[in-house]
Amino acid sequence: MKRLPHGWRAAAWIGVLLGVLAALVALPPIEIRSAVAPLLVGLVALTVGIGSWIRGERRIGSYAVAAGVFGLLIGYLATRSSVDKLDAVVVWGALFAAMLRYATPLAFASLGGLFSERSGVVNIGLEGMMLTGAFFTVWGADRTGTWMLGLAIGIVAGGLMGLLHAFFSISLRADQIVGGTAINFLALGITTYLFVKLYGSEGTPSDVSTIPSIHLGFLGHGFIGDVFGRLDLLIWVAIVLIFVVWIVVFKTPIGLRIRACGEHPRAADTVGINVYAVRYGAVVLSGMLAAAGGAFLSLGFNGSFTPNMTAGRGFIALAALIFGNWRPFGAAAACLLFGFASALGVALQTYSLSISTLFTALPYVITLVAVAGVIGRSIPPAAVGRPYVRQ
Amino acid sequence: MSAGEDVRQLPEEPLPEDVVNRYRVMQKAGGLVAPLLTVILAFLISGVVVLLTTRSVSDTLRTYQGIFNGTGLDWFFRVGSYSVGVPFTGARVWFPWNTNDISSQAAANLEQTLLLWTALVLVGLAVAFAFRCGLFNIGGQGQYLAGSIGAVLVATELPHVVALPSILLIVVSIVAGMLAGAALAGIAGLLKGTVGAHEVITTIMLNWIVIWVGSYLFAVGGPLQTKAAGAAGAVPSSADIPDSAKIHVFWGDPLFQGLTIGFFVAIGSLVVYNLLLNRTTLGYEVRAVGHNPEAARYGGIGVARNYFVAMAIAGTFAGLAGALDLLGWKFREDITDIQSSSIGFIGIAVALLGRNTAVGVGLAALLFAALQTGTASRSLDPSIFPPELASSLAVIIQGLVVLFVGADVIVLILLRRVRGRRQQRTAPA
Repeated sequence: MKRLPHGWRAAAWIGVLLGVLAALVALPPIEIRSAVAPLLVGLVALTVGIGSWIRGERRIGSYAVAAGVFGLLIGYLATRSSVDKLDAVVVWGALFAAMLRYATPLAFASLGGLFSERSGVVNIGLEGMMLTGAFFTVWGADRTGTWMLGLAIGIVAGGLMGLLHAFFSISLRADQIVGGTAINFLALGITTYLFVKLYGSEGTPSDVSTIPSIHLGFLGHGFIGDVFGRLDLLIWVAIVLIFVVWIVVFKTPIGLRIRACGEHPRAADTVGINVYAVRYGAVVLSGMLAAAGGAFLSLGFNGSFTPNMTAGRGFIALAALIFGNWRPFGAAAACLLFGFASALGVALQTYSLSISTLFTALPYVITLVAVAGVIGRSIPPAAVGRPYVRQ
Repeated sequence: MSAGEDVRQLPEEPLPEDVVNRYRVMQKAGGLVAPLLTVILAFLISGVVVLLTTRSVSDTLRTYQGIFNGTGLDWFFRVGSYSVGVPFTGARVWFPWNTNDISSQAAANLEQTLLLWTALVLVGLAVAFAFRCGLFNIGGQGQYLAGSIGAVLVATELPHVVALPSILLIVVSIVAGMLAGAALAGIAGLLKGTVGAHEVITTIMLNWIVIWVGSYLFAVGGPLQTKAAGAAGAVPSSADIPDSAKIHVFWGDPLFQGLTIGFFVAIGSLVVYNLLLNRTTLGYEVRAVGHNPEAARYGGIGVARNYFVAMAIAGTFAGLAGALDLLGWKFREDITDIQSSSIGFIGIAVALLGRNTAVGVGLAALLFAALQTGTASRSLDPSIFPPELASSLAVIIQGLVVLFVGADVIVLILLRRVRGRRQQRTAPA
C-alpha cells in the first residue's frame, strides 16, 4: 500500500464517479437517448471497481461496484422511458428538497441515537420516542396555540421517554433491547390512546400552529433556490445540529466522557467520570432529539398527527446510525441517502405504484448489506448494550 | 454484544451480565411468581389509565370485567346442558358449542382467543427458541409474513399446475410457509455466524424488506395482485386460496373465523419445542451456545452453525404461524394486513413473559391472546368503556409487561437481599 499510495484508492473513487455519471448521462438535463452510453460508462465503473477491489481497496472498491451497477441500471431504465415522464420524475430541485424533508426526521433521531449508543446504551426505543414527540408537539401546539411551546412540550415528552429507558437500562440494569422494545409498545399505546381520547375520529385540528418555513427569496428560482428556498425551520436546525453534534462528541471534554463511557465504562469510572450520570444525560438527550424528529414529522411535515405515523422511521434512523459508523457526518450522509431513496420512491409513482413500493425496501437492503460487512465494517462502541455496575 | 468477547472487562461482576444468563437465574428465582407479579403490576398501572378515563372505581372494575367477558374465558363458567346443533342428533354437551354458526357469543369469543393463541404460541416460540441460543429474534413479524406469503403463493398457484388432493395441498402450502420463514430468519443467523452482524439489526431490516416486498407483490399493478372481478376498489390483495386449501374448522363458523385444527398444531409445536431443546443433541448444542458461546466453542460445538440452525428453526415456527393463519381464516394476503400486522412483536412479549419455556409460552400466549380479543372493539360494551380506546389499552399493557419483565433485576435484588440475610444467619460466629 505504501508503494502505491493513491493508485487504487484513486481509481476506485473514479469508479464511483463513473457509476454516478452512468446514471446522469441518461437523465435530464443531459438525456442521452441511446442505451449504449450508460451501459458503457457503467461497465467501465464496474470494471474499475472490481479491479481496485482485487487490488485490496475493498471499501471504496465495493462502493464503485455498487455505483456502477446502480448507475448502469438507472441509466438503462431511463433510456427506456419516455422523455415526458422522465422530465416529470427527475426534477433535481424538487427531488433534493424532498430528500432534505425526508432526511430531517431521520437525522434528528439518528443524532439522538448517536449520543445514547456512544454512551453505551442501545436505543431501539428511538421509534417510540419519535412517536411521543410527534404526538405531544401537536397536542402542545393545539393547547398553547403556538408551535414553539408545542415543540418544547414534545421535546420534554420525548425526554421523559428517554428517562424511562435510562431508568430501566441504567439503574435497574434491564436488558436494553427489551427496554427499548417496551418503549416502542408504550409509546404506540399511549399516543394512540390519547389521540383517540382527545381527538377521536376528527383527527388533530387543521388550524394548529405549524412550524414555519424559512423563505430565502434571494436564492431565486434556480436549482439552489428550488432546494433551499423554502425549507422548514427544523431542517435548518438539523443541518446545524449535525455540525454541533460532531463538535460536541469529538472536540469537547463532554464528548470524550460520553465516548469513554461507551468504550470502557470501568476506565471512565476510574478517572472520576460519573458513568451513570453521563449515560442518563445521553439517553434523555437522545429521547429529546428523537422527539424533535417526530415533531418535524407531525407539525412540520404533515401539520397533523395520525396514530403510528412514524411507521418505522426510528428503525431507519438506527440503521443510518449503524451505516454511518456511529459518526455524525456518516449518519447524516446515510440519512440523506435514505431520504433520497424515499424522495425518488415517491417520484417513481409516476411510472408505477408497485415499483415505487418495491423501491421503498431499498434502504433496508442497503443497510443489511452494510451491516453484513460487505461495504466496510461497522464497529459499534465496545461497551454498548452492557449495563455498568459500579464497584 | 455477547459476553465473553470482552477481554478488558474485569472478571468479577456482582451480577451475570448477558440476557440469557440472567433469564436462567430468573428461572430458578422467580418460578411463576415473578411473571405473575409482572402481569399484576402491568394491569394495576393500566388500571390507573382506565380510572383516569372513566373517573370511577366501579367503572374501572366493570371495564376489566367487560374485557374479561370479551375474551370468551367466561365460557368456562357457563356450565349447563347445550345442544351440539348438529342435525339428527340429540347430543348435548356441558358447555356452549358452536357448530357451523355463532349461536353462543362466549364460545365465539373463546374461538377468537384460541385462534389468536395458536399464532401467538408459534411466534412466541420463534422468539423463545432464538433466545435459548442467545439470540434476540425481533424478526418474528417478518418471518410470520414470509410464512403467510409463501403459503398463499403455493395455495393459489399450485392448483394451476397440478391437481392435488386437499390434504396434500394444505401440507405443501404449510411447508412452503415454514421454509419461507426459515429462509428469512436463516439469513440473520448466517450473518451472525459468519460476519458477526448483530441479529437485532438484521432481523429489523429483514422485517421491513418483507413488508415492502410483500406490499409490492400484492399492490396495484404488482405481479401477484388478483385480477378477479369484484376485487376492484377494495384493498389490493392476492387471489383467494381455493376451498381445498382451507384448513378444517372444528369449532364455530368456518366462514367467520372459527377455530381450526391449527390449534392442535400449536399444542404439538409446544411439545416439539420442549423435546427439541431438552431431549436432543441439537437442543443441547443450542442451549450450550446460548449459555456461553466461548465455552461451547471450546467444547467443540460449532457456534456459527448453531446460530444459523437456531434462527432457521425459530423462523420455521413463525412461518408456520403465518401459514396457519392464512390457510385457516385470512384466505388471502392484502397489503393493509402486511403493513399493519404486529403479531410478531407481541411474540416478543409472549416469549419474555413465558421465560422461554414451553409451558410459559403457552400461558403467556393465552394472556395476550385473551387481552387482544377482549379489547377488540366488537366485544366491549361502549357504555362502560370506549371500545376504540381499549385496543390501545392492550398495547399499553403489553408495553408495561415487557418493561417489567426486562427489569428482572428487581427480583434479583430482592433475592440477593434474602440470601444475604440467610448467609448472615448461617455464618459461623
